[in-house]
Amino acid sequence: MTTELNPRFTYDNFVVGQANRLAVTAGRTVAENPGSAYNPLFLYAASGLGKTHLLMAIGHGAKQLNPKLNVEYMTLDEFVEAFNAAVAQGQGDAFRRRFQGVDILLLDDVQFLTNRKEMQAELLRLTGALQTVGHQIVLTSDRPPAEIADLDERLIGRFSGGLVVDIGPPDYETRVAILRRKTEERGTTFQAGVLEVLASLNISNVRELLGGLNKLVAYQAVNESPLAPEEARQLLGVQAVGSGGGVGVVDSGRATAASQRGDEFAQFLSDVTTTVAKSVEAWRARVAEAIMRWEGEGYRTRRLEALLEEETPAAVDPAIAAFVADVEKLRELEAEVAAIDPQAAGDALFRDPGRLTEAEALAERVREGATPPPAPSPAFSLDGFASGPSNEVAVSAARALIKAPGKKYNPLVIVGKSGVGKTHLLHAIGNALGKRAKSVVACLSTPAFVDELISALEADRMTWWRARYRRVTALLLDDIHLLAGKDRTQEELFNLFNHLVDAERQLVFTSPVVPQALQGIESRIITRLEGGLVSELAEPDRDVRGTVLAKLIPAHRLEPDTALLDYLADRPVDSVRALTGLVQRVAEAAESRGVPANAGLAREVLEGRISRSSGQRRTAGLRTSGIVVSVAGGLRSREKVLWEWPDPNDRVIEEWG
Amino acid sequence: MSLVNFTTREITCKIVYYGPGRSGKTTNLHYIYGRVPQERRGRMVSLATQTDRTLFFDFLPLDLGQISGFTTRFQLYTVPGQVYYNSTRKLVLQGADGVVFVADSQARQLDENIESLQNLQENLLGQGVDVRALPTILQYNKQDLPRELILAPADLDDALNFRSVPSHPGDALHGVGVFETLRGISELVLRRLAAGTPA
Repeated sequence: MTTELNPRFTYDNFVVGQANRLAVTAGRTVAENPGSAYNPLFLYAASGLGKTHLLMAIGHGAKQLNPKLNVEYMTLDEFVEAFNAAVAQGQGDAFRRRFQGVDILLLDDVQFLTNRKEMQAELLRLTGALQTVGHQIVLTSDRPPAEIADLDERLIGRFSGGLVVDIGPPDYETRVAILRRKTEERGTTFQAGVLEVLASLNISNVRELLGGLNKLVAYQAVNESPLAPEEARQLLGVQAVGSGGGVGVVDSGRATAASQRGDEFAQFLSDVTTTVAKSVEAWRARVAEAIMRWEGEGYRTRRLEALLEEETPAAVDPAIAAFVADVEKLRELEAEVAAIDPQAAGDALFRDPGRLTEAEALAERVREGATPPPAPSPAFSLDGFASGPSNEVAVSAARALIKAPGKKYNPLVIVGKSGVGKTHLLHAIGNALGKRAKSVVACLSTPAFVDELISALEADRMTWWRARYRRVTALLLDDIHLLAGKDRTQEELFNLFNHLVDAERQLVFTSPVVPQALQGIESRIITRLEGGLVSELAEPDRDVRGTVLAKLIPAHRLEPDTALLDYLADRPVDSVRALTGLVQRVAEAAESRGVPANAGLAREVLEGRISRSSGQRRTAGLRTSGIVVSVAGGLRSREKVLWEWPDPNDRVIEEWG
Repeated sequence: MSLVNFTTREITCKIVYYGPGRSGKTTNLHYIYGRVPQERRGRMVSLATQTDRTLFFDFLPLDLGQISGFTTRFQLYTVPGQVYYNSTRKLVLQGADGVVFVADSQARQLDENIESLQNLQENLLGQGVDVRALPTILQYNKQDLPRELILAPADLDDALNFRSVPSHPGDALHGVGVFETLRGISELVLRRLAAGTPA
C-alpha cells in the first residue's frame, strides 16, 4: 500500500532557484535531523512545481544519511484507501500500530482531506502520535493549510505548527537551468538560444515546460539540421503562449522581447543573465543557506543577514566560517553551563553568536556561582582510622575503592552500630577520593541532603539541584536510614543513583543496619544498595581499642600510662564513641581530684568505687569534639541530635542496636 | 565605482574600449547601439571631430533591466586613441570594471598597438589598478582586410597577448566579433560577483 520512493526524484536532479530555495533548504534540514527541526514540514505549491519530487528527495536524503530509517511515502488517497481497507477487515488498530513505527511519514496531496471528517480525525491522531515520539512528518498540498476547505481547526493548527513553505513558479533563470538539465539527461543538445526561447515563454508549470522541451526534442530528432532559435519560436509560439494562461512570471516581459528580436543583443542579455544569476546568487545563496540552517537550529542570524545588506561584502565565506566557529563556541559554553545550571543554559545569549562576549561572561558568572556540593570534613583521614580484625574488611574495601572509584564496589554500604566509626570512614574515603584530579566529591549526612532538596524545591531550582549532584565524581551519604519516609528524596536519589552508577561514579553509604533491614526505604533503592558491597564495622576489637586509646589519652592531656591504656583497652565497649566516654570520665575525675590519671583511678571511676563529683555533673549537650554526651550517658553525634528523628525505630536501633 | 551595490540592488559595469587611434573602438559601440532595442539603450554620446576621430569619448549606456533582482546597467566607453589625449584616456579609464583592447590588425599598425597597450598599462598602474586582476579582453579588428595587409590572430596573440587573456578576431564594421567581445568581457567582469568582491 505504500508507494516506493521514485529513484529519479532526488536532490541531485532537482533544480534549485529563488522560488524553491527555502523549501529545498527546509527539506534538507528535515532530512538531516528528522523530527527535530521543523515538524511537521508543510510544503505547498501549484501543480507541477516539484512538490512530489521534493517530498521524495527528502525521503532519499534521510535514507542516505541513515539507511535504517523507516521512511514511508503515500499520497493522501493511498492513505485513505489503506485505512478504509484496514477498517473493513477489522484491522484498524493494526493499521495505526504500523504507522507508529514510521520514522518519517511523507504524505502527498493532503488538500484531498476536504470533506473527509473521519480521515481528518485519524490523521490528527496519527500526527499527534508521531510527533509525540519525535517522528518526522512532511506534508504537501496545493494550498496552505488554512485554505484547505473544511479542514478541522486542530489539523490546521497541527499542520501550521512546524514550518509552512511554498514553492513558487520558477523564474526565467531557473527555467533555463531546468531545461538544460533535462536536455542533458536526455543526451541531446540544442543550439545556443533554443532553450532560452522556450524558457522565455510564459510557462510556469514545470510539467508543461518539459512538454515544450519534448516537442523540441522530437522535432530536432526528425530533422537533419539542428533546430535554430527562430524555428523553435515558430514551433512553440502559438501553443505555448496559449497554455501559459497568465501565470505570473517575473522576467517574462524582458525575456519575451529579447527572444522576439532573437539577435545578438538577446543572446548577450541571456548570457549576462545566466552569469549574474550564477555569480550573484552563488554567494547570496551560500549566505542564505547558512541563515536558513542556523535559524532552523534556533540561532540568531543577524550577523549573516547584515552581510546580505552590506554594500561590499568583502569576504563572504570567512564571515560564514567565523559565524559557524562562534556557534561552536556557544555550544561548548552552553554544554558547560548546562552541567552546572541547566536553567542558565537556556539563556538566549547562548543562541546569539553576535553576543558571544556576553555569553562568555554569563558562563563565567555561572562557573563562579557554581556551588560545589558539601565536601567531606578534612578532619577525617584513612590513616587516622584505627583498624583491626573487627573492621579490616571494610577498610580494605575502602582502600580498593579509592584506587579505582566507581569500578569495583559500587555502591559501598558501610554498616555498623552507632559510634563504630562509620562516619569517620565515610569522610576518610571522601577525602581520599577528593585528592584525585578533577574530582567533585559530595559527602554529607542524609538529613542535610534532604534539606538541600527541600530548599531547591522551595526555590524552584530542582534542575540546578540535579545538575549539581549529577556532576559529582563521588556521592557519599551518611546515615542512609534517615531517608525513611522521604519519598521525594528517595525518588531523586534513585535517579541520581542510576545516573552516577552508569557514569561509573562512586557511591558510598552508611547505615546502622544492613540494607534489607532498613524500614521505610523503597525496595528499588534497597536492592541497589544490596547490589554493591555491604561491609560491616563490628564492635571495636582490642587492636582497634588500643590504637584509639593511644590517641585519646594524650588528646585528653593524660600522661601516657601503659597500665591505664591496657586497663581501658581491656574494657568491653561496643563502640569507639563509648571508649571516648570512658577516657573522658577518667580525665574529669583526675582533673577534679588533682591527681594523675592511672589504672587505679580508672578502675575506681569506671567500676563504681567512687561516684561522680556533684560539681562536675553535666547537663545534656556537653560537647566534646563533635560528640554530644546525653544525660543518660548515651552518645550521639551532634548532627543526629540536631536532626529531628523521623522514626522512633531509628532511635531504638541507635541505642540498642 | 562599485560593480555591485547590494543596498540598492544594482549592478553597474563600466567597460572601456581602449586601443590606438582608428582601430575601431567607436565602430564597436555603433554596432552594439544598432542592435540594442530602443528601450534598452540610452543616447549614445559621441564627441568626434569632422574627420571621424574621437576627440573626447563615446558613452553608450545599456539598461539590461532586472536580472536576479538586480537592476543591471552596462556603461560602454571608448577612449580617444590619439597619443596626445592621454589625460582624457586617464579620466575615462577611472573606475573601469573591464577593458576591451581593440587592436588594429593591419601589420603596419603593430607599433601603434603596442604603444597603446603600454599606455594602457601605464595609466592603470598610475591609478593603482592591478593590471593582472582587471578583466581584459583583446579584439583583433579589421580581419576583413586583405590578408597581405593584416596579421593573423595567432600572430597578433604572439605580439600583443602576453598575458594570455581571451582574444577575438573582429570586423566591427560588419559586426563580426563585436558581441562575442562584449559577451566575453561581460562574463569576465560579472564572474567577479561570485566572490562578492566589488571591482
